[in-house]
Amino acid sequence: MDPLERYDSLVDDPEAFHEACARSLPSVVRVNDIKATPDRVRRAFDEAGVDYERVDWHDGLFRLADDVSPGNTWPYVHGWVHGQEEVSAIPPLALSPEAGDRVLDCCAAPGSKTTQLASLMDDHGTLVGNDNNLGRLSALRSNAERCGVTNVVVTRQDARNFSLKPFGGEPFDGVLVDVPCSCEGTIRKNPDALKNWSLGHIESIAEVQRAILDRSIEITREGGTVVYSTCTFAPEENEAVLQDALDTGDVRLVDYDLGLEHAPGITEWEGEEFDETMTRAKRVYPHHNDTGGFFCAKLEVTA
Amino acid sequence: MSNDGQVFNRLPATEAERETEGRATREAVIDWWVDRFGLDPETFAGHTFWEKGAGKIWAFADDIDSPAEVEGLGMTFLRTRQEHWKPTTDAVQRFGREATKNIIVLDDDEAKAFLQGEDLDPDWAGDWGYLIAAHEIAGEVEPIGVGLYVHDEFRSQMPKGRQRDV
Repeated sequence: MDPLERYDSLVDDPEAFHEACARSLPSVVRVNDIKATPDRVRRAFDEAGVDYERVDWHDGLFRLADDVSPGNTWPYVHGWVHGQEEVSAIPPLALSPEAGDRVLDCCAAPGSKTTQLASLMDDHGTLVGNDNNLGRLSALRSNAERCGVTNVVVTRQDARNFSLKPFGGEPFDGVLVDVPCSCEGTIRKNPDALKNWSLGHIESIAEVQRAILDRSIEITREGGTVVYSTCTFAPEENEAVLQDALDTGDVRLVDYDLGLEHAPGITEWEGEEFDETMTRAKRVYPHHNDTGGFFCAKLEVTA
Repeated sequence: MSNDGQVFNRLPATEAERETEGRATREAVIDWWVDRFGLDPETFAGHTFWEKGAGKIWAFADDIDSPAEVEGLGMTFLRTRQEHWKPTTDAVQRFGREATKNIIVLDDDEAKAFLQGEDLDPDWAGDWGYLIAAHEIAGEVEPIGVGLYVHDEFRSQMPKGRQRDV
């Protein structure tokens, strides 16, 4: 059985959902504002005869033609663009950091969202890019350097007990919590993504997600923002994890704008009820915008 | 004091404040970019500079109290503690756009060859040493990386991992 069938009751058009999940994804690049503008990237692609399409909800994203290898283009060499899936651009936009902020990306490697955060911060302030894996950190560092990022501090910690010690003990203004997940939403990019799917795996990874989210809330200042995201559909990894955070009473879900078609977070799953504010979270399904699948919620720390 | 190559050490502001032998100063690092490439010293007003490893200088867009436990701090920027200081590819790409001297603008074929790590023989009557290689793209000159000009030869210093066939 296709594991994705368990979500048929959640989606508006199950047939379109399954069809979209079976198609491959176009490659997408995001313009890095630290070094370039969408106009300059367009002009460079035009000069080189690279075929691309604009993405209507975001000026800085381009879908490339199937025969283009983005790494072998001048805009990539110059760090003007970074290969990043459309839906992966959502969480940094939801976090919306400003220049001079103190921001943590707690599961940062290989760095697509970190470099996007840096460009939203105009490369000013302290951006901590953390991951627990040294090999993945080297990918994060090389992506950040190619993008001309100079405001990133790279750390290697377990996000479940992230220490503020190297940062004077001071909490962050914002934390991006893009957790490891069962990756159901990446099936279009990686057809093997569901090969080892099991409910047991989802339940055990949800425990890790809870611990990372809890610690992230603890190290964010009152009034600060935590954005929680996954590339999966499983309510056990999405709404149920958020529900536990809401139950501690130190955060609330807040609404945010998203120009992509999406569905609200759900308030009930297999007999379990979730808070009614869960509808402020957003579910993006592959058939809505011809993208990967995604889940993203914005939280305000209240105490 | 000696240099501990495992941790980030802040560069002293000036010679007078230097405690670690051989460590470059903030003043000398900024002067080097200003003298070598004609940059405005204000370019680096918001950056702090750090040494980790012998002579490897990093530029960070903020300040930090205790960087002992971090893996990276901003961008690798410059190599000192050798006869000729050498800028990194990433620093030249980030800051070299404002260069007014020691920048060679290559034509399309030369730029592609440079990116693949090949040596070139461009027409150059200026200084020897490390120069910025650039090309024109989308209406403006954009730096590609660092080349070493000696004996009428321009040797590409593109790191292996950055070499591409565009």
